[in-house]
Amino acid sequence: MLSAASVGGVIVYSLDGKVSRLAARADNTVKIPLRFFTEQEAVIVSAVASRIMPSDESGPGAREAGVVIYIDRQLAGPWGLDAHRYTHEPFDVGAPAEFGYQGSAPPQQIYREGLKQLAGFEQLPESAQDAKLTQIEHSVFFDLLRGNTIEGMFCDPLHGGNIDMVGWQLIGFPGPRMSNAAEIDKYHGEEFRPKPQSLDQVTQEPHRGSEDEAL
Amino acid sequence: MKSLPGTDIAIVGGGWTGLLLAKEIAQRTALNIVVLERGGPRRAGDYTNGMDELDFNVRFSLMQDYSKETVTLRHTPRDHAIPIRQLGNFLPGSGTGGAGEHWGALYPRHVPDLFEIYTKTVERYGEKKLPEDHAIVDWGITWAEIEPYYTKTDKLIGTSGKAGNLRGKITEGGNPFEGPRSEEYPTPPMKVSYFSSLFRDAVKSLGYHPYPNPSAILSTAYTNPDGIARPGCFYCGFCDRFGCMVGAKTQPTNTLLPILTTQKSVVLRNNCSVRKIVHEGNQARGVNYVDESGEECFQPADVVLLCSWTLNNTRLLLLSGIGEPYEPSTGKGVVGRNLTHQISASGVTLFMDKPLNRFMGAAASGICISDFDGDNFDHSNLPFIRGGLLRAMGTGFQPIVSFGTVPPSVKGRWGSEWKKAAVHWYDRVGGIGFSGEHIPYKMNYMGLDPTYRDHLGDPLLRLTIDWRDNEKEMFKFASAKGAEIARAMGAKKILMQAPYDHYDARRYQSTHIQGGTIMGRSSDASVVNTWGQHWQLHNLFIVGASTMPCQGAANPTPTVLALAYRTADALIDHYLKSPGLVA
Repeated sequence: MLSAASVGGVIVYSLDGKVSRLAARADNTVKIPLRFFTEQEAVIVSAVASRIMPSDESGPGAREAGVVIYIDRQLAGPWGLDAHRYTHEPFDVGAPAEFGYQGSAPPQQIYREGLKQLAGFEQLPESAQDAKLTQIEHSVFFDLLRGNTIEGMFCDPLHGGNIDMVGWQLIGFPGPRMSNAAEIDKYHGEEFRPKPQSLDQVTQEPHRGSEDEAL
Repeated sequence: MKSLPGTDIAIVGGGWTGLLLAKEIAQRTALNIVVLERGGPRRAGDYTNGMDELDFNVRFSLMQDYSKETVTLRHTPRDHAIPIRQLGNFLPGSGTGGAGEHWGALYPRHVPDLFEIYTKTVERYGEKKLPEDHAIVDWGITWAEIEPYYTKTDKLIGTSGKAGNLRGKITEGGNPFEGPRSEEYPTPPMKVSYFSSLFRDAVKSLGYHPYPNPSAILSTAYTNPDGIARPGCFYCGFCDRFGCMVGAKTQPTNTLLPILTTQKSVVLRNNCSVRKIVHEGNQARGVNYVDESGEECFQPADVVLLCSWTLNNTRLLLLSGIGEPYEPSTGKGVVGRNLTHQISASGVTLFMDKPLNRFMGAAASGICISDFDGDNFDHSNLPFIRGGLLRAMGTGFQPIVSFGTVPPSVKGRWGSEWKKAAVHWYDRVGGIGFSGEHIPYKMNYMGLDPTYRDHLGDPLLRLTIDWRDNEKEMFKFASAKGAEIARAMGAKKILMQAPYDHYDARRYQSTHIQGGTIMGRSSDASVVNTWGQHWQLHNLFIVGASTMPCQGAANPTPTVLALAYRTADALIDHYLKSPGLVA
């Protein structure tokens, strides 16, 4: 279980996986069930994601979007275990980069090992955190973390990230809008920013993501 | 091995070509047809809730499951091949409809001289102009022979666009470089996005010839000759890598399957992986496959139609021991030769002043120019042959895959400065794409891998492929043209895509792979005749881009479907009446 306050507070996950936001509270009484990370790991991932997409004057970041919860769910699902990657031996780890990732480790293992190098990260001042990330920014682990942070920032909220559609509001993406037929050839040169709606809201029924598929 | 009751026709693959052939045969004959599809079942109604970028556009839930099967890759015959372990350079489909479910539905015809590329190129520039190591050959058919079949496919799907050459007369608003069309498009062009309209105005000011991209996404409601009615597009932007929520984008499940389900003579079996075409003498006897429960089955058939996409068509011939595998060192053998992909790139990225509202759109709506396609421009003083299409598409951009494009002046790819720039530019970024020809070479080919196997234990297909100077020079030329247009569009800043280096399994080009079972006029240099009929096994027909001796800049599906119709005519009107090689 992860205390909500430790990842920015104020978000609540109900038993059926739905996400909502409570009025701000600073105590640690709201707990989020974790599927893969230990609480300590989740705190580090949350801190790293916040350096990749900081909460700053340009708008909310990974913390408000609940990126760590998104990543935790992805890692616990088929993607985290490489359920759809070709994993037959032999692994040619020395292959040139243009052959793509050739390691045997699935994302779960890459995260678990990568996080060991970042023990205590959440307690460092921001400048030291950035220096630490600069050291690893060309690693497979960092590439995954960066990619997953962007995913958790901008995915449909059904996947646990982009809480309250803060990511979509940040960039003016309206989510799955059923029709733009009346607008596509208007608004040329000016912003058209319909209020974001999630897939559940648009279709008025609940959806489950691939992370919830049986392994 | 369970031996099943025989059928008249066995079709391997339930995608565009397999289902189109099944429909034609069922409508025009009384024959029994079994379609074997390795993936699961799908219906048009499956997509009404599918507007989720993460699962479809990032995790690729409609694509082939690489944990079961992939291909291996090497750059030259001297290297050992390495498996492509995750989806990247192309996105094969699986399941009913195949890649025809998740395609972008761009629907351009090839330039007319592509079918006679060898003859026409040598005529104009001489043999010396052809790149070293090339394997360029004529297709054995001409524009005049394929055009009626292109038109037939247009009627099937209701293609949206504007003719530029109607029976030889150049018409305003269309592509003046296209081959003569016998008929106007069934439906008018799609609406275009703001960014595409800027491209149209800019290329016009530069003296080029913009036209609306031919689209298999309908601009208006259309009912086809089979009575299939589909609505016009709503420009939601969830097309490429998705199934269409309303059926405006034509897919096998919304255009062919509704007919097939009414035909008692057609049986579609899902989750059946064909491992071998069984043959004896000069006859195919049927196919062996593994069914959903894991049981090995033999399906006897009088005629076998191999319709399982380029890579599987080639691999199944090799696994079945049909035809001589191509050997590049001697030039002998035919199965596997002429592997081509496509040069497909977001050549130039533009950073614009005003917001673009680029969430609105459709994958096939946009503006193109063909001024630099094929041999539409003089290559006498250029270090390459052929060319491609420059386009500004209004694809409907989604945030996970689009976020983070920043001007070159922004350092880093994470943190506050990067985030601020990425947020600012998010809706001000557009691309001028380039889709260019990839000519065939003797050393780009397919074979079986000696090391890696699929989930059933069969060898994977091995691709030997790399980019050559012709592709690199063509891309350089196209990028410079793109930059010229970008400046005319008023871009504040421009980002040029890195030049082509080695063939890269991480870099998505397109899902357009050609060759391996190529067509031709002679059995020495091709696998099938121009009807798709196997030269040696006369009751085996091969359909799909595997029969294309080279790739055009245009997306291949219109040509694939036209050739499928042509095979249907050869099979039904000639072969079934008089079995033997169709003349």
